[in-house]
Amino acid sequence: MSHAVVQLAYILSTALFIFALHWMNTPATARKGVYAGVAAMVVAVAVTWAQPEVVNHAWIIFPILAGFAVGIPLARVPLTAVPQRTALSHAFGGLAAGLVGTAKYYLWLSEGPENLTAFRMIAIIVEIILGYLTFTGSLMAAGKLQEVKWVPQRPVTYPLQNVINLALLGIAVALGIALTLHPAADWAPRLFPAIIALALLFGVLLIIPIGGADMPTVIAILNSYAGLSAVAMGFVLDNKLLITAGALDGSSGLILAIIMCKAMNRSFANVLFGAFGQVQQAQLTGEAKVYKAESIEGAAQVLEQANLVVVIPGYGMAVAQAQHRVRELYDQLKKRGITVKFAIHPVAGRMPGHMNVLLAEADIPYTDLVEMDAINPDMPQCDVALVVGANDVVNPAARTDKTSPIYGMPIIDADKARTVFAIKRSKNPGFAGIDNELYFSDRTWMLFGDAKNVIGELVKQLSGGSGMH
Amino acid sequence: MTPEAAPPAVDFWSMLFVFVLASFIGLGVIRRVSRLLHTPLMSITNAISAIAVVGSIIVAGADYPFRIRVLGAIALFASMTNIVSGFLITDRMLKMFKTERKPAGGEPS
Repeated sequence: MSHAVVQLAYILSTALFIFALHWMNTPATARKGVYAGVAAMVVAVAVTWAQPEVVNHAWIIFPILAGFAVGIPLARVPLTAVPQRTALSHAFGGLAAGLVGTAKYYLWLSEGPENLTAFRMIAIIVEIILGYLTFTGSLMAAGKLQEVKWVPQRPVTYPLQNVINLALLGIAVALGIALTLHPAADWAPRLFPAIIALALLFGVLLIIPIGGADMPTVIAILNSYAGLSAVAMGFVLDNKLLITAGALDGSSGLILAIIMCKAMNRSFANVLFGAFGQVQQAQLTGEAKVYKAESIEGAAQVLEQANLVVVIPGYGMAVAQAQHRVRELYDQLKKRGITVKFAIHPVAGRMPGHMNVLLAEADIPYTDLVEMDAINPDMPQCDVALVVGANDVVNPAARTDKTSPIYGMPIIDADKARTVFAIKRSKNPGFAGIDNELYFSDRTWMLFGDAKNVIGELVKQLSGGSGMH
Repeated sequence: MTPEAAPPAVDFWSMLFVFVLASFIGLGVIRRVSRLLHTPLMSITNAISAIAVVGSIIVAGADYPFRIRVLGAIALFASMTNIVSGFLITDRMLKMFKTERKPAGGEPS
C-alpha cells in the first residue's frame, strides 16, 4: 500500500471524526456521529494493519480480542457508574500513550540513536509524562468515584502539598531536559524509568487532594490530558491522524473543564490545588436554625395544585437510584396537566452531563431537561421546586454569603419558587460540607428520608387520588 | 510502501500547524455540542482519542525486539478497550434520548 493511499485514508478518518463530533450538536443526529466515528476507526485500523512492516499478526489479533473482551462489559455498566468508566478509559488512554512512547524510545536507542533528535525527545518526554500521570491520576479518580475502600474519598492534604507536587513534576521535567540533551548517554536508559516513576507518582498526588464535588472538572481535565498525550504520540510517530484526533479530544476536555469551572465560579488552579471540600465550615451563627418538615400527604396535595413543577436533581438522586421513581412522579403530574421541568445544573452529578443521561435512561423526554440559565428566569413562576439529592447547586449562600466556599457559584434559583420541597436523607450537610440556607427558608418544607422511598410514597399518594377522577 | 526514497525529514512545523488548526476545529465543533450530551460527548472523544491504536499496531506488529512488542501489545489492548467500550456506551446512552410523542427539534437550548 503506497504512502499516498495511507495518507488519503488518514485524511478520510480525520474528516469522519470531525463529522462525528459535529453530529453530537443535537440528540437527533448524535447516533449518526457514533457510526461516523466507528467508520473512521475501522478505516484507520485497517490501513495501518495493512502496512508492510506489520508482520506479526498474532500480536495484533490477540490484544484486539482482549480489548473486545474487556470493552464490551465496560460498556454495559449501570449509568450511575459512567463517571468511573470514563475515568478508567482516560487511564487506558494515558497508559497506551506512555507505553508507546517508552517502546519508541528504547527501540530508537538500540537501533538508531541518531533518530533521537531533540524534537523527538521533547515529544517523547511530553508523551510519557502526560501519559503516565493521566494513567495513575485517572485510576485514582476512578477509585474515588467507585468508592474503592483504600482510596480516600475525602480530600487528603498534607503540609506543603502543592510545593511538593510541583517539585516532583519539576524534577521530572528537569530529568527530561537532561535526556533531551543527551538521549543516548550511558545513564540515559536508567534515567528514563525515573521520569516514568515520577510521572506515575505525580498523577496519584495530583488527585488525592480533590474531593467528590470537583470530580466533573477533574474528569474533564484528565480527558484533555489523555487527548494531549495522543497528540504527543503523533509528534513522536510523525502521524498527523494522531495529532488531529488527539487535538479534538484535548479541546473537548478543555471546553468541558472550562464550562465546569465557570459553573462553580472557580479557576483551574483552584480546582487542582485548592482541596475543595476539605475545610469543614464550622460556622456557628448563634441562631438556632430549624427545619420545617412536611408530610407526604401534604406535599402531594401541594403538588396536585401546582401548574409548574421544577425538579432539581443532584447526585443524591443517583445514589438513591431514585430516577425511575422520579419518572413515575413525572407521569402522575403530567396526567394532571401539570408542567414538569427538570433544572440541570452543569456540575450536578459526577461528570459533565451526568444528570441528563440518568434522566434519559429513566425515559424522561430530553425536551423537559432544561439548563440552569434557561430555567432560572422561570423560577419565580414555579409553584413547586422539588429538590432531589441536590444541595450546593441550590444554596443561596452562593449569592449572598461572601465567606461561603461556594460564593459566586451560579445556582438554580430554587429559593424563588413559591414552595420548595427538599428531599434529604439526614440533617447532615452535603458533600462539600456546607450548610444550606435554602432549607431554613420560610417557603421550604423538608421531606426527610431516602429519595427513592419519599418519591415512591408521593407517587402512591398521587396515584391513589387519581383513581377518583 | 517501497523504501526507494528515504522518508522525508520529520517536519516539525507542519505537525505543529496541523495541531493548532485541529485544536481550533475541535474548539469550534465542541462548543456547539448540546449540553444534554456532554456525557456521551466525553465517551465518544475517549473512543476517538484511542486512535493511539494506530501507533500501537505498528509497535506490536512490526519486527521489533520482544520486549518492545510486549509494550505495544499492552498499548494496543488498552486502546482497543477504549474504542470498543467508548463507542458502544456512547451509542447505548444516545439511544435513551427521546422526545416522546413530541414534535422533534424541540431541544432546549
